[in-house]
Amino acid sequence: MARKVTSRRMAIVTVVAWAVGFAIFFPILWTIITSFKTEAEAIASPPKFLNFHWTLENYITVNERSNYFRHFMNSVVISVGSTLLALLIAVPAAWSMAFVPSKRTKDILMWMLSTKMLPPVGVLIPIYLMFRNLGLLDTRTGLVIVLTLINLPIVIWMLYTYFKEIPVDILEAARMDGASLKSEIIYVLTPMAVPGIASTLLLNVILAWNEAFWTLNLTAAKAAPLTAFIASYSSPEGLFYAKLSAASTMAIAPILIMGWFSQKQLVRGLTFGAVK
Amino acid sequence: MGQITLNKVRKAFGDVEVIPPLDLRIEDGEFVVFVGPSGCGKSTLLRLIAGLEDVSSGAIVIDGKDATDVPPAKRGLAMVFQSYALYPHMSVRKNIAFPLKMAGLSKSEIDKRVDNAARVLNLAAYIERKPGQLSGGQRQRVAIGRAIVREPSAFLFDEPLSNLDAALRVNMRLEISELHNTLATTMVYVTHDQVEAMTMADKIVVLQAGRIEQVGSPLDLYRTPSNKFVAGFIGSPRMNFIEGPEAAKYNAHTIGIRPEHLDVSNTEGAWKGVVGVSEHLGSDTFAHVLDTGLSEGMTVRASGEVALNHGDTVFMTPQPDKIHRFDEQGLRLS
Repeated sequence: MARKVTSRRMAIVTVVAWAVGFAIFFPILWTIITSFKTEAEAIASPPKFLNFHWTLENYITVNERSNYFRHFMNSVVISVGSTLLALLIAVPAAWSMAFVPSKRTKDILMWMLSTKMLPPVGVLIPIYLMFRNLGLLDTRTGLVIVLTLINLPIVIWMLYTYFKEIPVDILEAARMDGASLKSEIIYVLTPMAVPGIASTLLLNVILAWNEAFWTLNLTAAKAAPLTAFIASYSSPEGLFYAKLSAASTMAIAPILIMGWFSQKQLVRGLTFGAVK
Repeated sequence: MGQITLNKVRKAFGDVEVIPPLDLRIEDGEFVVFVGPSGCGKSTLLRLIAGLEDVSSGAIVIDGKDATDVPPAKRGLAMVFQSYALYPHMSVRKNIAFPLKMAGLSKSEIDKRVDNAARVLNLAAYIERKPGQLSGGQRQRVAIGRAIVREPSAFLFDEPLSNLDAALRVNMRLEISELHNTLATTMVYVTHDQVEAMTMADKIVVLQAGRIEQVGSPLDLYRTPSNKFVAGFIGSPRMNFIEGPEAAKYNAHTIGIRPEHLDVSNTEGAWKGVVGVSEHLGSDTFAHVLDTGLSEGMTVRASGEVALNHGDTVFMTPQPDKIHRFDEQGLRLS
């Protein structure tokens, strides 16, 4: 039986949804607002919301002191590179788990997910030493590798869910039509899974972009992405909230804009397979 | 060429044997129909021939070559699926062209063959559309088009008409039969609908629980079913079975008589009963006769419109040469 939706109920749900949305967005909004304050106003008590002297001086200072563009490019290379590499590994892996599952497929999927539950700091020392010995410290290559491995379980899980939705008849038809495994994946599976692959790609870029633990611990200067750029404003010379906010805003702006334009894909991707 | 031989082919999923060792020979150019109730293994058998399932033991020989371990793509067979299994992201043209592209044909050759198939199947007007924009019948034709362009040595059909409505099903049945006449290529067709089997097949293979119950031409199966299962499965409405003293009169455990082989009279006959439901189709009249004193109710088929109504008393007499006799195991007595 369909539930009756009254206008009062709708109004309540709308208000609650906006309130929750605003509560989630508020820290970002506050950061953006703070980035336009002077350092004194940034720590003023009671805090000033909009009635302060708006200034761009923090952005100018930050740009003078740091090379934003270099960090930005590092972030782009690392997040996009690790995402593409993860997809390259995950597509065949998810294919085999979705279409030729073995008795242990579910266990493997759970095991992969369980690696996400390990506190990263638990493996920091061995990975740091391995990176040092392999000469991967403070290199984009090193970060691409480590972020690929970190996000691989999620990428495989997401793709696996999408692939499960594709009727196996169609892949069998391709096989009957003479497609090799490679052709089957390239011409049939992948195009059909494009929406799923696209949202996986977007989500993974965001995850990689925001990743702070490994990017901070395995880089120094050359390969440092925007997370390191933010971190560099956080402590040594005391706290400069306004400059820190300006750096943060600049770091999250690209991914925020990307997320805004692709929100439809992202929402579809995150809820895919949840409702059957 | 399109000769397929199954030698002791057996299929088990884990401990469950769905097809016990089975032998079958399909001749070149034959239209063979696998028929049987749901779960009898007919689709599995087709998938074994296609190579979409691996045989557990035994051998599949196609055109004299052992194809048991040959991948589906290399067997030279084309398959039409129940769900059509069209590529949703490709236009009709690309769907039909796909197997040719996989075979590495030149673009001009592909275009020629696709246009030809589209013409034969009346798809020319829809050639640039996506499958989602087509009706069920059109999708089915695209699926057939995709199969015929490959010029396979045999076609495999897995219940291709079961998603279509009744009128369209009759049409497509004729189209597929016509296609078989034109191409003269081996066709292996799976259905649970015995009418499809009877009307289309050169040879019917009746399956039950993975076993072949009988192989023969439609009329062979109709006239001389080798056991009670086949007798009951082939023919519509189904054969009447009588056990007990009446059967004993014919030296059998069970006798079978088809509804159309019972003569009906209002005055006299071998068996007496009362009409329950009667169905008047114009061309035929079916009456379900109860209270016959026999082991079960009887169905009678009279040609044309006959005044058989609910509650009428009728007498039925079997045509003596049309009585089928079966032993206790249900096997035919000659």
